[in-house]
Amino acid sequence: MAVVEKKEKNSKEGKTVEVAFRSITKRFSPDILANDRVSFEVEKGTVHALLGENGAGKTTLMNILYGLFPPDEGEIIIRGMPTKISSPREAINLGIGMVHQHFKLISTHTVSENIILGLASTPFFFPAEKAESEIRFLSERYGLKIDPRARIWQLSAGEKQKVEILKALYRRAEILVLDEPTSVLTPQEAEELFATLRLMKEEGKTCIFITHKLNEVKEIADAVTVMRRGKVISTILPSSVSLEELARMTVGKEVISVVPRKTVSGKIILQLQKVSAMGDREIPALSKLSLTVREGEIVGVAGVAGNGQKELAEVIVGLRQATEGHVFLQDKEITNLPPRDIASLGVAYIPEERHMGLVGEMSVAENLLLRGYSRPPFSQGFWVDWEKAEAYSEKLISNYHINPPIADIPVRLLSGGNRQRVIIARELERKPKLVIASNPTAGLDVSGVEAIHELLVKAQEEGAGILLISGDLDELLKLSNRIVIMFKGEIVGEKEKEHWTEEDRREIGLGMGGVRI
Amino acid sequence: MGRRKLTSFRVELSLQPTLYSVIFFSLLAIVLAFACGSIIFLFYHISPWIAYQTFFRGAFGSWYAFSETLKRTIPLLLVGEGLALAFRAQVLNIGAEGQILLGAVAATWVALFSGLPSFLLLPTMFLLGFLAGAGWALIPAFFKTRFAVNEVLSTLMLNYVASNLVLYLIGGPWKGKGVRGFTYTDTFPEAAWLKTMGITRVPYFTLLTGIVLAVGGYIFLKKSALGFEFRIVGNSSETAKLLGISEEKIVLFAMFLSGGLAGFAGVGEVAGIHHLLRHPDHISLGYGYTAIIVAWLARANPLATIFTSFLFGALLSGGDALRVSLGIPFQVVSVFNGLILFFLISTERLSRYRIIWGEEKAVERSGS
Repeated sequence: MAVVEKKEKNSKEGKTVEVAFRSITKRFSPDILANDRVSFEVEKGTVHALLGENGAGKTTLMNILYGLFPPDEGEIIIRGMPTKISSPREAINLGIGMVHQHFKLISTHTVSENIILGLASTPFFFPAEKAESEIRFLSERYGLKIDPRARIWQLSAGEKQKVEILKALYRRAEILVLDEPTSVLTPQEAEELFATLRLMKEEGKTCIFITHKLNEVKEIADAVTVMRRGKVISTILPSSVSLEELARMTVGKEVISVVPRKTVSGKIILQLQKVSAMGDREIPALSKLSLTVREGEIVGVAGVAGNGQKELAEVIVGLRQATEGHVFLQDKEITNLPPRDIASLGVAYIPEERHMGLVGEMSVAENLLLRGYSRPPFSQGFWVDWEKAEAYSEKLISNYHINPPIADIPVRLLSGGNRQRVIIARELERKPKLVIASNPTAGLDVSGVEAIHELLVKAQEEGAGILLISGDLDELLKLSNRIVIMFKGEIVGEKEKEHWTEEDRREIGLGMGGVRI
Repeated sequence: MGRRKLTSFRVELSLQPTLYSVIFFSLLAIVLAFACGSIIFLFYHISPWIAYQTFFRGAFGSWYAFSETLKRTIPLLLVGEGLALAFRAQVLNIGAEGQILLGAVAATWVALFSGLPSFLLLPTMFLLGFLAGAGWALIPAFFKTRFAVNEVLSTLMLNYVASNLVLYLIGGPWKGKGVRGFTYTDTFPEAAWLKTMGITRVPYFTLLTGIVLAVGGYIFLKKSALGFEFRIVGNSSETAKLLGISEEKIVLFAMFLSGGLAGFAGVGEVAGIHHLLRHPDHISLGYGYTAIIVAWLARANPLATIFTSFLFGALLSGGDALRVSLGIPFQVVSVFNGLILFFLISTERLSRYRIIWGEEKAVERSGS
């Protein structure tokens, strides 16, 4: 208790501390110290950013706050009371709500069913009906527009996030923890989220906002705690530091930017002619879309999520049927070919949902071999040459800096960034002609993003055509030779530049909102 | 606290269950099942100590007892390794019981009615028996791949169909000429009998085949491209779809293999032990169901089914001894199987935890 009193002077006059972390330490195994004596305070009615790279220990700390596992040492003080939170239910009772990076929703159930799931007050019969009016009220009030009767599988990632926030609000959350919320959002959706957070702040609710995007910290946060390798580097006012300083604090080194892009006039690798396709909801997702990608060119696809980008990628790689139109890879028509045939013609795919690209229970080595196991040099037919595969995976692990550098641990134990490296290593090592990359850096930290950008640029320099679908406009402006804008399943604008300017950025933003440019 | 040494420990969730913890908790489950089983013996006014003594004597007490255990191990091994392959691909074949019977029916037809020359009898019986079991399993596989019919229900239901088919045959068209009021077929010609080891009733052909195939199945999963696809489909059908692996092909193949092996085991039973086709309950003693536990306990690893099938073989022959010497109904053995499965599932989560003994901090705290 002495410790508490000593530190209490940190909270100055008129400000109430909502949550205080006191020397939280969490060790996962003898070598992994996820949180190392983490201490900081979060004031009531503020948005408090928790900034740091992947593996800095942000999520671990928040999972401790949410009662998912106990700290080895230290304590959490909520509204002045030292609290032992041993389950999410206790956390919810304390007014803590959490929006995980990977949504915890049941996809076959409706929005309102998901929101009321597990609540003691839920009636036995027709549980969703009673809640509907309150859900509508909450979504009006906080600008979280969503149909309570829609089923989760029908929703985009941004919409699912709204459901998660509604779920927390419905449970009367006073402290809302958001784990990298903007990683699944488009710039517009992120703005909507920030507006929601500001509304919540006005009501005296507190948000802890995990992120690794520096400008978001500047934009929304009232205070920021920077973490690196499990330790708190500093808790400061965002207005008191520059972006560069923040970046230096997070990564501990200067961040380098990539080369200017030049226009490309190579041979056409990918050509889509008036392609249409249906979405999951059996409504048209692509309508007569035409597009080309040339050798050595990065074509960026800008657009608000849910405008057909996912379907576009899936049609090209053969996971979704085109209902009309033609897809050509060089001169060969690949429309509606089986995915394996398209892949073996030299199309690499980095899917939007990382878990789709990997088998979590299988080892890193096996995951690296998912594309090549049935073909020479790894297989002459029936058997797989695992010795060769082992050597191959060792090579890839070191070339692509996959960490930890162990070939035979299940891939699910790797961090998000390293799992993405496994996918990219596997896909790019085949020397593809065409790379379809869907939000390849979503959820990754600064150095992870850099590494993946470098890998994409390297593939481009080796002559691959790259279709880069991203909700992150900065990423597109940084990497693309040409940017096309998707809106409601169509391409509504196209720009080709050597140097992108603020003006281009503004115009593309308009196009994403449906204004023709 | 003086000189007394405190043993303190800490329990921790480990990211991956270790081999030791899996083995430890599997054995723990079996011990707990035996402990619970004791209660049943007390209801029969029999000391559990005597009961388990009888039990172990019946399973391992003599060469005869051991051979009886082996005899029951064989079908469990053959069926269990097939199911292990299927379970690995998340194909839940619960219909091995019926597939065994179909194998037995096919073998009986060959032995009694095909008119093949003697030296061709046994090879044809095993071949057709395998195909009959596989074909029976392909029926639910077809409905699963074509109409997404849940294979658990369809395979299970077909067991009853198979059982009634056997009852019909032995009471009707295939009823033996010299058996008067009984319902079974005529005895097979001796050329259709499997050779057994010495004076025991253990046919070595099926035993060796079982062991070879267990090793083969293990290598298949670990080293072959198709086995790799089995594991991919079983772990993540989404990824399989992305890679363009045909899930249909895997489902059909998994059903074909597991059904075929069950049929093969059925041939072994009629050709090696009964030498005729008789009541389904006598041909199979529920091997098709017990083999599900065998495969589960082996964590769907074909190699490990060698040990788990032996364990359940012992359970069955020990149970037989209980029935004969102590007059306890045979169903008690089924209760055992149920208890073991129950405890296995209950301890499954525990195997992800790790116990750390003598952690320093705890010692410090208890010392202060």
